[in-house]
Amino acid sequence: MSYRHDLVSVEALKSRILALEGAWQGVGRHEEAQPAASLGLEPLDRALPWSGLPTACLHEVSAGAAADGAVAGFAAYLLARLSAAAGRRQSAVLWCAAGDGLYGPGLAAYGLDTHRLILVRGRRQADLLWALEEALRSGALAAVLGEIEEADLTATRRLQLAAEAGRTTALLLRPPGGKPAPSAAVTAWRIAAAPSRAASWGAGLGRERWRLELVRCRGGLPRQWLVEWNDEANRLAVAAEFRDRSVDAPTDARRLAG
Amino acid sequence: MTRLPTLAAWRAKPFATTAKAGGRLVIVAANAPAEAAGIAPGQALADARALEPGLRVVAADPPADSSALAALADGLTRYTPWVAVDEQGEGGARGALLDITGCAHLFGGEAALLADLIGRLERCGFAARAAVAASAGAAWAIARFAPHDRLVIAPGAEGEALAALPVAALRLPAETAGRLERLGLRRIGALYTLPRAPLARRFGSLVGRRLDQALGRVEEPISPRRPVEPWRLQLAFAEPIAQREDIAAATEYLTAALCRRLAEEMKGARRLVLALYRADGTLARAEIGTSRPVRETKHLMRLFAEKLDGLDVGLGLDLVALSAPVVEPLAASQSGLLAGASEAALPALAALVDRLANRLGASEVRRLVPVASHLPERAQRAAPALASAAAAEAPWRKRRPRPLRLFTRPQPVDAIAPVPDDPPLLFRWRAQLHRIRRADGPERIAGEWWQGGAPAQAEVRDYYRVEDEAGRRFWLYREGLYHPERRPRWFLHGLFA
Repeated sequence: MSYRHDLVSVEALKSRILALEGAWQGVGRHEEAQPAASLGLEPLDRALPWSGLPTACLHEVSAGAAADGAVAGFAAYLLARLSAAAGRRQSAVLWCAAGDGLYGPGLAAYGLDTHRLILVRGRRQADLLWALEEALRSGALAAVLGEIEEADLTATRRLQLAAEAGRTTALLLRPPGGKPAPSAAVTAWRIAAAPSRAASWGAGLGRERWRLELVRCRGGLPRQWLVEWNDEANRLAVAAEFRDRSVDAPTDARRLAG
Repeated sequence: MTRLPTLAAWRAKPFATTAKAGGRLVIVAANAPAEAAGIAPGQALADARALEPGLRVVAADPPADSSALAALADGLTRYTPWVAVDEQGEGGARGALLDITGCAHLFGGEAALLADLIGRLERCGFAARAAVAASAGAAWAIARFAPHDRLVIAPGAEGEALAALPVAALRLPAETAGRLERLGLRRIGALYTLPRAPLARRFGSLVGRRLDQALGRVEEPISPRRPVEPWRLQLAFAEPIAQREDIAAATEYLTAALCRRLAEEMKGARRLVLALYRADGTLARAEIGTSRPVRETKHLMRLFAEKLDGLDVGLGLDLVALSAPVVEPLAASQSGLLAGASEAALPALAALVDRLANRLGASEVRRLVPVASHLPERAQRAAPALASAAAAEAPWRKRRPRPLRLFTRPQPVDAIAPVPDDPPLLFRWRAQLHRIRRADGPERIAGEWWQGGAPAQAEVRDYYRVEDEAGRRFWLYREGLYHPERRPRWFLHGLFA
């Protein structure tokens, strides 16, 4: 970047330095109620009271069925959105799991830059929870994801507090079939694969579809959507919305869904 | 260190260790009262018993002796980092060699250092002898063969000090020493005036070389047991410390001092070793590693805090030393370490990565980096989380859809595919049946035969992207080309989102 000397004022330089240091960001954060990252999809953002996924708090994402890769895809997409929303200052994200198996080429397809992704492997659940908390409190990351088998109310509360302290978003990936345990998470999502439409050129695979369910939301209402992943444009699109559980659903939409 | 470490009650009584040699038990080592009774190493146990009926014996344990000697040698690094273990002990007992050049004044002179060393070993239950001389050979001979009163030999006085000692004190094999003695050459002094050529002809070059080494005419370097670290600081205590807070305070003091030195030379530490010298003469070590050069006391202390928790300090520590075996230049700019991480965020990120790596292991904190290979399992590798990103900036190949999760070992599945080269109709994995609704493929991936390895790796694979009734997507492949005689083998290699 180059500047012409005669046009650069001291004021402009000052504001630039402050922006680099993140001072304005810091001031702004304290004044705002809750900063949020857009999910990149208008109906989803609208369903959340913060008009986006609130950052610096804990969210849960659980799988709808066994052997389903959809939950990892949605998680990769969320991490990519959170990393982009955090800006260059802390754009790295961390993925904690008990085993390996994440595949770089596949993650990259959901917009997640693997150069900014740090993988952490912990053999024991206690190690994983410790690593999550350390990572959240460090404040050096945009988001931290943990694949956790079991986390009780105390564990989730600790994570929520750590997320607030480090101003870092926490995502907890839960295995399928778990009982809905009490949790301190601000939102809880469930995601499962849904049958795709046939590709336009024949019997091949169409765009992948996910059944996305906002199970619980502090200050919001549960909802369900059928979303479709457009891998050419790298974005989600809503294929259908199930409004039967929503109070504010317009009547014409109900008729359409029914 | 030539005698046995024993309890006070055992020390006063004749005691020896034995080993089997040629079908009989032979004395290996004996303590002072046993030696006074005439018992010497190499004697048969029966003869020794005849001399001293009250002799107690135990079986010698050479590996335990070696490890005890190594532990002692580690403990002796409090005097100098240049400590070597003399394992062979030709013609004498085993021991340790210390190069105290430039160290003696720290302990009040050579005699004071010697007294401190012997006193310390005696308090730990060892009967030890030691000597100081300008050459390793002379010190070795004086420590083992000289009478007690003159243990510090001034430079240049080696010839005079060694003259009266037996030729075995020259570190010669027992057989050579025996032949010299049979010729009447019992004392080292007798060798001084002999012409070298006939001596070498009869006894080989060893005698002359050992003589020159003992007299300091040729250099004999000591190779230390552990590499000597130029970055080393230590702190000694008048009274042993055992409280965790005290040890942490001492560590912090040393770390801060080391960081100041590192800052002066524009360097940062990649590895730090904390050596904790216990009062009983042994050594405990705590080691930390960092993902990039560091010279911030706070960062390093957080890493040490984890290690100090589980530390066994025994009866307390009387010396703590901090060394940095791996030091790298730490310039002002640290950009390009992790794409997207700005300089402002990097110290915090590096501190986090180090904390995770020190507890979970460095191999457990990593990053995925593309590799130019068309075999799916070889297309990525794990790299250190904060390694230089220059090589990692290459993008992933995006020609074909790839799964999000890839199994390290493809999972064998039962699949039914009626037509060759068609995707399967259904398959069973983990006791669950998946009916396939849609499929894409095949994508043929040939093995990298030039990589060698198992023949199975060189087989052609036909990959199919399939979707079951619920919409779940899998990456299946059939191994090998279709063959009517052979039942095709199907594998599940990954899961799509």
